[in-house]
Amino acid sequence: MTDVFRALDDETRRLILDELAARDGQTLFEICTTLTMRHGVGSTRQAISQHLAVLEDAGLVTTERRGRTKLHHFDPTPLDAVARRWPTTGKADP
Amino acid sequence: MRIQLTSIYVDDQRAALAFYTDVLGFTTHHDIPLGDDFWLTVVSPDAPDGPELLLEPSGHPAVKPYRDALVEDGIPLAQFAVDDVESEYQRLTGLGVTFTQPPTDIGPAVVAVLDDTCGNLIQLIAPKTPA
Repeated sequence: MTDVFRALDDETRRLILDELAARDGQTLFEICTTLTMRHGVGSTRQAISQHLAVLEDAGLVTTERRGRTKLHHFDPTPLDAVARRWPTTGKADP
Repeated sequence: MRIQLTSIYVDDQRAALAFYTDVLGFTTHHDIPLGDDFWLTVVSPDAPDGPELLLEPSGHPAVKPYRDALVEDGIPLAQFAVDDVESEYQRLTGLGVTFTQPPTDIGPAVVAVLDDTCGNLIQLIAPKTPA
């Protein structure tokens, strides 16, 4: 299991989560296209695939098959642990 | 030098011809029996003398692993230009076509990716400044 902090310690991986948060359920091709065209990320498809593997290992990305195509989804659940550790509100944790 | 013909592998040539003509709107150019298969090409009605797309049988053993790997990652095998991706998306989804990527603004163009029902993904593109 990759540590969530290590998974987030990379600009490209944060951009991937931004794009999946904006539109959930994307193929590798779509992620690569938007990273290149919107963010000027010049990484290879293989490199993006490895970034996705790190995010998946950290539980921040899940994959599912729709037909013969693999789609990637953003799962913010691991971020709850961060918010619980350092609550952003003055109120006590429930 | 000109690009006169390019090909994609299709699972079933007759089903592919129906999809590429009736649904996508191309025109049959050649449909010539060739053994058990056909020399089957379509062209755009906008460019009847333009490049032909050969709908080639997918029987070769290398085709399946090649296409499976591309489809898994959502990678299209061909790109067709349209005037308006959004209106094509509406028209084609109305006809039951599945898209793996809805119309997406990528800056210089709008793109979308559809499943051609014959084993391939196809990208539609409308450049914002005509080339």
